[in-house]
Amino acid sequence: MSVLQSDNYRLRLFVRYLVLTLIAAIFIFPLIFMVMSSLKPSQQLLVDSGSLRAFLPVGDISLNNYTLAFQRAPVGLFVMNSLFVTGVTVLSSLFLCSLAGFSIAILDWKGKAVVLSAILATLTVPFETIAVPLLLMSSKLPWVGMEGLEFGWLNSYRVQIVPFIADGLTIFLFVQYFRDLPRDLIEAARVEGASWWTVYHKVLMPLSGPVIATAAILKFLAMYNQYLWPLMVVQEEGYRPVLVGLQYFFQLNTAWGEIMAYLSLITVPVLAFYLVLQKAFIASIASTGVKG
Amino acid sequence: MLVFIILPFFFAIWFSLTNQRLISPNPTKFIGLSNYTQLLSVGTIVLEPERDASGAVLRDKDGEIEYPRLRTFTRNNPDHPKIDGMREWFSWQTGPNDEFKRVILAKDVVFMRALKNTFVFVIVVAPLQAGLALMLALLINQRLRGINVYRAIYFMPVVISIVVVAFLWRLIYDGNNGLLNNLLGAISFGAIEPIDWLGQTSTALGAIIGMSIWQAVGFHMVIWLSGLQTISPTLYEAAELEGSSKLQTFRYVTWPGLRNTAVLILIVITMQAFGLFAQVDVMTNGGPLDSTQTIVFQAIERGYGKQDISGGSAISVILFVIVLSISLIQRYLTRERI
Repeated sequence: MSVLQSDNYRLRLFVRYLVLTLIAAIFIFPLIFMVMSSLKPSQQLLVDSGSLRAFLPVGDISLNNYTLAFQRAPVGLFVMNSLFVTGVTVLSSLFLCSLAGFSIAILDWKGKAVVLSAILATLTVPFETIAVPLLLMSSKLPWVGMEGLEFGWLNSYRVQIVPFIADGLTIFLFVQYFRDLPRDLIEAARVEGASWWTVYHKVLMPLSGPVIATAAILKFLAMYNQYLWPLMVVQEEGYRPVLVGLQYFFQLNTAWGEIMAYLSLITVPVLAFYLVLQKAFIASIASTGVKG
Repeated sequence: MLVFIILPFFFAIWFSLTNQRLISPNPTKFIGLSNYTQLLSVGTIVLEPERDASGAVLRDKDGEIEYPRLRTFTRNNPDHPKIDGMREWFSWQTGPNDEFKRVILAKDVVFMRALKNTFVFVIVVAPLQAGLALMLALLINQRLRGINVYRAIYFMPVVISIVVVAFLWRLIYDGNNGLLNNLLGAISFGAIEPIDWLGQTSTALGAIIGMSIWQAVGFHMVIWLSGLQTISPTLYEAAELEGSSKLQTFRYVTWPGLRNTAVLILIVITMQAFGLFAQVDVMTNGGPLDSTQTIVFQAIERGYGKQDISGGSAISVILFVIVLSISLIQRYLTRERI
C-alpha cells in the first residue's frame, strides 16, 4: 500500500516538474537561440534553424559577428550613451522623487492632497499620448549652455534625461514607504534640533534601502529599454542609445548573424544583472502590485 | 513633472484644434474640430448593381456582380455631400438576393483600421495574458524544490526590451527558414506548409499578439503571485479540512482573495496594450496592407514622421479619451465587489 502511494506521489511530482520544464523551455529557448546564432555566420544560422542545431554551439563558431557589428556601427558609443542617460536619470530621479515623497509624506503644507492626487492622475496618462506634443515642446525649450542661451533640445542628452527625472510611480513608492515608517523616529530627531534636511538624509534615507532598490530597478528597466522617445528626438549618431542604433543593421542587406550579436551584446549584461539580483527584481515588481 | 507630463497633455488638446506643424512657414491657425472630423468621419452608401436594359443584373466574367464605381459618388457629387472625399473601408452584400452592396466609408480609412486593430489587440491580449499569467502563478505557487529557478526563467523575457524581443521574433517568424515554421514542420512531419507569419494580413496581428504575450506574461505572473501570497494559509487549511476539491478551493478561496489583483492586472494590461507601438514599428511597419496599424503607430507616424503635430495630437487625445473611458468603465463594473 505504502509503496503504491509513494509511487503515485513520485509520478505526480515528475509530471509537475515536466510541465514546469516544458513551459520554461518556451521562455528560454528563443534566448538560447539568440546567443547561439550570434556565434554563427549568417548562412549557417539560417540552415541550422531547421534542426536542433539552432540551440547548440556547433559548426563554424566564432566571435566574428561581434567584430563585424562593431565595424558596422559605433556600438561602444551607443552603449555608453545608453548607460550615461540611464545612470543620470536613475540617480537624479531617486534624489528628486524621494525629496518629493518626503515633502508629501512627512511635511505639512496646504494643498498637499491636491498635489498628490494630481501626481497619481499622471499615472493614468500613457506616455504615448503625450509624446507628440512633448516633441514639439522639446524642440523649442531654452537652455543655457556653453555658447550662451540657445533654443531647441533635440539631439542632446538632456532631452533624453530631463523629462523622465520626475515620475509619478517613483514619487508614489517613496510616499508610501515614508508613511509606513514610525513617526516617533522623526519626532525624536526634531526634538534633538535636527533640521528637516538632516531628518531626510540622516534618518530617512538610511532606512530606505528596499524602496530605493525597487525604484532604481524599475527606473533602470524603463530607461534602458526606451525606444519611442529617443527614436523621435535623436537623429544624430552622437547621442543615440542602443536600441535606436539597431537601425544600422537593416541597411542594404540584413545580416542576421550581426543582428543577433548586437542583440546579445545589449541583452546579456542586463540578463546577467537580473539573474544575480533576481530576488530583488521580482520583489520590486511585486511591490508595485500590492499597491492596488 | 508638471512641465513634462501635465503641460504636454494640455498642449495635446490645444494642438489638436490647430494646424500646427513642426516646421512651417505659415503661422499656426485655430481650425476647431476639423482634425477630429477628418479622422473620425464615417459614412455609408448602398450600391445598386448595374443592370442591362431588361433589368437583369450584370455580372463580370467570374460571375461577380458589377457595381457602379464608388468614385462617382464620393468625388464632388452634389447628391451625396455627406460622403464627399471618403474612401471604402469595408462592405458586405445586402438586400433581396444579396444583390445590393452596403459600403461603409471613412474619411481616414487607415486610422479606422488602426482603431480596429488596436481594439482587437486589447480584447485578445487582456484576457489571454491575464489568464495565462494566473496559470503560471498557480504553477509557481507550489511548494517544490527549485521552484525559484522556474520563477526566474518565466520572468526572464520581462527584463529584455520589447524591441530586442521583436527583432528576435522576426527571425523566429521568418517565412522561409523561421524557427517556428521548422518546428511546426517537424511536429507535423512536413504536413504544415511554411507560413509567412508577418507577411500576410491574416496572421500578422496574431503573430504580434503571441510575441507580446510571451514577453510580458512573466510580469503579470509576479503580480498574481504577490496577490496569491496575501491569501491566508488558514483559509486553505480550513478548505482542506472540509474536504473541498482543488477546483472548489480555487473557486471559493483563491479567486475571491484575488479580486483586487485581478482588477489591477486587467487595468494595467489594457493600458499597456493600447500603447502598442514598438512591436509594430520593428516587425511590420503597420503592414501588410495596414493589417497591423495601431493608434499609437498612427499618432507617431503623423506627428513625427510627417511632422503633422496637430494630426498626431488629435490621435493622442482620442487615444486618451478611449483609455480614460475604459478605465472608468472597468472601475465602475468592479465597484461593488471591492
